[in-house]
Order: sequence, then structure tokens, then C-alpha cells
Amino acid sequence: MNRRGFIKAAGLSAFALIGGAAPFDEALAGIAPGRYGRNEKALRAKRWGMVVKTREFRRPEDYAFLADVCRKEHNVPRIDGPQNVKWLWHDTFARVFPDAVNDYPDERTRSSVFPLLCNHCDNPPCVRVCPTGATYKTEDGIVAIDYHRCIGCRFCMAGCPYGARSFNFKDPRLFLPDPPPNPAFPTRMIGVVEKCNFCAERLAVGRMPACVEASDGRILFGDLEDPESGPRRALAANYSIRRKPSLGTRPGVYYII
Amino acid sequence: MLEKLLSGPKTYYLWLLFLLCLIAGSGLVYLQQLREGLSLTGMSRDVSWGLYISQFTYFVGVAASAVMLVLPTYFHHYKKFRRMIIFGEFMAVAAVVMCALFIVVDLGQPQRMLNVMLHPAPSSVMFYDMLVLTGYLALNVVIGWTTLEAERLETEPPRWIKPLVYLSILWAFSIHTVTAFLYAGIPGRHYWLTAIMAARFLSSAFCSGPALLLLLLFLVRRLTGFDPGREAVKTLTTIIVYAMCVNVFFYLLELFTAFYSGIPGHSEPIALLFAGHGGHWVSRWMWAAAAMALLSLALLLPPSLREHRAILPAALALLVAATWIDKGLGLLIGGFTPNMFEEITLYTPTGSEITIALGVCAVGALVLSLLWKMALGVKKESRDFAG
Ligand code: SF4
Ligand code: SF4
Repeated sequence: MNRRGFIKAAGLSAFALIGGAAPFDEALAGIAPGRYGRNEKALRAKRWGMVVKTREFRRPEDYAFLADVCRKEHNVPRIDGPQNVKWLWHDTFARVFPDAVNDYPDERTRSSVFPLLCNHCDNPPCVRVCPTGATYKTEDGIVAIDYHRCIGCRFCMAGCPYGARSFNFKDPRLFLPDPPPNPAFPTRMIGVVEKCNFCAERLAVGRMPACVEASDGRILFGDLEDPESGPRRALAANYSIRRKPSLGTRPGVYYII
Repeated sequence: MLEKLLSGPKTYYLWLLFLLCLIAGSGLVYLQQLREGLSLTGMSRDVSWGLYISQFTYFVGVAASAVMLVLPTYFHHYKKFRRMIIFGEFMAVAAVVMCALFIVVDLGQPQRMLNVMLHPAPSSVMFYDMLVLTGYLALNVVIGWTTLEAERLETEPPRWIKPLVYLSILWAFSIHTVTAFLYAGIPGRHYWLTAIMAARFLSSAFCSGPALLLLLLFLVRRLTGFDPGREAVKTLTTIIVYAMCVNVFFYLLELFTAFYSGIPGHSEPIALLFAGHGGHWVSRWMWAAAAMALLSLALLLPPSLREHRAILPAALALLVAATWIDKGLGLLIGGFTPNMFEEITLYTPTGSEITIALGVCAVGALVLSLLWKMALGVKKESRDFAG
């Protein structure tokens, strides 16, 4: 960054620290060019987003299956206990949408589970608080982590209101087979934070995210800024909610309820 | 002035030796943490900061509290603090050293810590915290050293020191304010998301820091005969009482908003801290803190009691313990429980974690001992020592 660029960024950030006004959110979020190299087949969007058609999922196993696909795709270790690592998992309505709970929920809401993952927020607190820029937002709206820059301060974990991030308390490679399930995707080192990356590495080579591909059309993925995209058409036709909308993070994951 | 470090009674050397052993011992545990990662600690996916960061927070407060001596001396020309001001400044130096170490031991990848400077992120409060803490350390080292040197040479300190002193006063407020901003600007952490956080931090720092300073100075008086001065102690105690009253008041304000509004997000962390849903160990500590805070005020408010030679140290110790539990335990646990799914994940620091934290405290004690030894040596020569 040149000097003027720095002064501008510093000024904007200082302003945004105080004001947090919408036009400055972008400055605050620190948009950086994608660090995932794209080839000519790469899928492109202004703002990637996801829509989960929760009515089409019946059992927890349906989500567990997708979580497994994700684990294999990204070499996510399976570690027991509270120091575990997870990118995609599922839980009850009350835990996924704690501020939308109802004293008398209908049977389906009471008994179903819902998937959880990073929301790739438009105004992500994790990016704002990261002191090294290791967590950054790409120009197509994906919140990614540079595992080689992360110092493991875990400020981003305190900052994420969705519990989407995991810290590698233990060496993850000890919990993976050798070779890892997907040798093409890097395994992480101990002491860094990780989370769902919306399969940026797959988009870069023209493939849809792994969970989307495995969901048989029950999870839609596409450009939220394109009214003709699959997600936008589904949102136009159905009632949907996002997690903790009152916090102003503007999640990119929608749930059709 | 360094020669002052070389002579001393046997107890002085034994003390240094003890600290060095403690540092070496906990250093070994830290090496193990480097190998096995933070899995050695009681932290988890849900409670991702623990004892290290909370001690960091507490000692930023201790560092900032030096201003309670500097401000009256330089803004109000209160002469009586002159004799002990250097001890406050040097305590700030030791405290900032501890803060830096507490951050380092908390990092998952400490060898990359320079990334904070190599890739500065001006939107992160941690970036500013690093700037203000290093600045504060430099200010206190320079000011402390220069004024002590002047005292040794029996001259007036150079004139350029004055602007630095004024700067350090503002700076002291900034370090704890920025540290509060680490917490108070995070959406979704209900216990932290409160505008009064910085004010609460400052008030708790301005009572607990000077209280710790006085306790240590009483110890020094026992050991060396150095007397901070009756009047000075009296005035500082008054400052402590005011700050503690404000601190308790601010906490009560939190309680009002949390419980009168009835918003679960606001009340649940506090309810957890005190009622401990299913018996969280921290609730016993929190009640103890509340009791100690009130008892310390009961002992400190009436002048006849607080001027009593035996009661004062006891009251100050109660105050330090109460504020430590509030900021050194409750703050972090209340912030992370309930978690983002409104569930409760217990956090209990492990033995290794506590050992490493003690090691950091031992480094702080070592720095403090050496700096204070130097100051005491100079004071003895310049006969600014007793009575
Ligand atoms: S869900 Fe959490 S980790 Fe993901 S972008 Fe939002 S704040 Fe960041
Ligand atoms: S843990 Fe890593 S990604 Fe998270 S805030 Fe710290 S440096 Fe950034």
C-alpha cells in the first residue's frame, strides 16, 4: 500500500470505527483481491450467497452427510471434545436462531435441525477485528483466511457472532489419515483459525461448492446480486430468514423455512 | 544507575533466585505449550480466550493506574507524591511487560507475531492496542529513568521531560480505553457490548492499581525502611476510595440495565456469573468478589478505619482481590458464556495455563524488583527515603 492509500485506509477505518456508516463498511471490511488463483473456467459473481431449502431436508443424517463431504473435501480433522474443529454442522432451531425462538413452535420447527456454517457476512466483524489481515473478504463476497499469516490470536473467534470459527488447539494433521482425504487442498498447521471458505478453491476452477453439489438441489448457490440467479429466484418465491439479522452483519446464507 | 542492582542483602538475592527458578519452571511448561499447542489450556471452541487475555486486561489497568500519582503531581502540583511517583512509573513498566507476554503466550503462532506490524490492519482495535501499549512502555521507561537519573545527580530533570509527562497522562487513559474497545465493539457478545466498558475499566484500574502499589510499598517499607510518606498514603487512599465507589456504582448500572430491561442477552451472562446455572465455579468467586468489594468499602470509607495501620493493608488486599475477580475472571467468562448458541460451555483454567500465567507474573515481579531496587538505591543516597 502506498502512503496515500494507507492514509486513506487509516482515515476511513478510524471513521468507520466511530461511525460504522454503511458506505464505509467496505473500507472496514478490507476487501482484498482473492488469494485463490482462478483459471479461465472460474465461476464468477458479484456476491456469492447460499440458500438452504430446509423443508427439503428430513433427517439430521441428511446434513451429517453433507458435513462429511465437506470434511473430506477440506481435510477437516475429526477431534472430540470442546476443542473440536468444524466447518459445517447442524443443530436445533433454538440454537441456530436463538433470537427467533417461540414459546409454542410448530412440530417441524421443534423437531428439525438446521445447518450451520460461516455466513460470509457482508459486514463481517471477524474481518474487522483481525489484526493481521489474515481474515479477509474477497471481491466476490467470500470471507477467507490466509493460514500462513494468521497468528492465532483468536480475536476473530470472539468477534464472530455465529460461532463459525474453529481454532486448531491441536495439530490437525495428527487427526487426519496420511495422505489426507483431499491431497489437493492444504492441511492446516497447529495454532491457526479455520472455517468454511464457500469452497473458493472449487469456484476458482469452475466447480460448485462441495456441499451444494452433494445436496441434490436442496442447497442453492449463486450470485445474490443477480436477480436471475438460483438463490435470488428462490428467495423471491419463499419466506426466508437469516441468523441474527439484528447485528448488522448481513449474512450471505439464507434459510427457507 | 545499574550498579545499584549489584549490592543488596541476602534476601534480595534469594528473592531474585526464587523468581528466576519460577520463570525457568514455567518456561518449561511454555515450551510444552509451544509443542502441543493451546490444547494444554482449558480454552475451547466456545471459550476461545481465557486466563491469559484476562490477565492481560487486568495488568493494562495496573499500568494505566500510575497516572493516579502523575496527574495530581503535575496537574495539581501536589508535592507529596513526588517521593513515590517513580515507583508508580516503574510498576507501569513491569505491568506493560507482563501485558506483552500475556499476549505472546496466548498466540497460537507466536513466531508470527510481527505480522501485526508487517501487515498492519487499521480496522482492528488490536492494532491500536499494540501501538498505545508500546508507546506507553517507552514513555514510562524514558520518564522514569530520566527523573531518577536527575534525582541521583541532584539536579532538576531536563525540561523536555515535562511534555512527555503530560503526554503520558493522556496516554494512560488511552491504553485502558483502547483495551476496553477490544471488547466493547464486538457484536453479539452481550456482556461486553456496553458503552460503559471503558469507564468501568478505568475506574476499576484506578482503584486496584494504586491499591496494589500501596500494598507493595508497605512491603518495601517493612524490608528497607523506605517510607512513602504519611500524607501521600492518605491522599492516595482517598483516591482509591473514590475510584472504588465509582467502580461499584458502574457495575450496579450494568445490573440495572440488564435486569430492568429484562432482555435475556443482557441479563443471562450476569445471571450465569452469579447464579451459575448448574454450578459454574465462577459464581462462588463472583459472590466472594461482591462481598470483598463491599467489605473493602466498609473499611475504607470511614477515615478512622482507613488510616489505621493494620486495617488499611487488609482493606486494600480485599479491594485488589475483588477487582481482580471481576476483571481477571468474570469479564472473560461472562463474555463467552452463554456462547453464540445460547449454550453453556464451562471454562476452567488448567494447571499448565495457571503455571504459565504465574511465570509471566514472575517476569513482571523480576522487572519490578530490579527497577524498584534501583530507585530505592538512588533515594537512599539522595536522602529522600524516610520520614
Ligand atoms: S459468520 Fe462469522 S466467520 Fe463467517 S463472515 Fe460472518 S462473522 Fe466472519
Ligand atoms: S486468529 Fe488469525 S484470522 Fe483470527 S483474528 Fe487472529 S490473526 Fe486474524
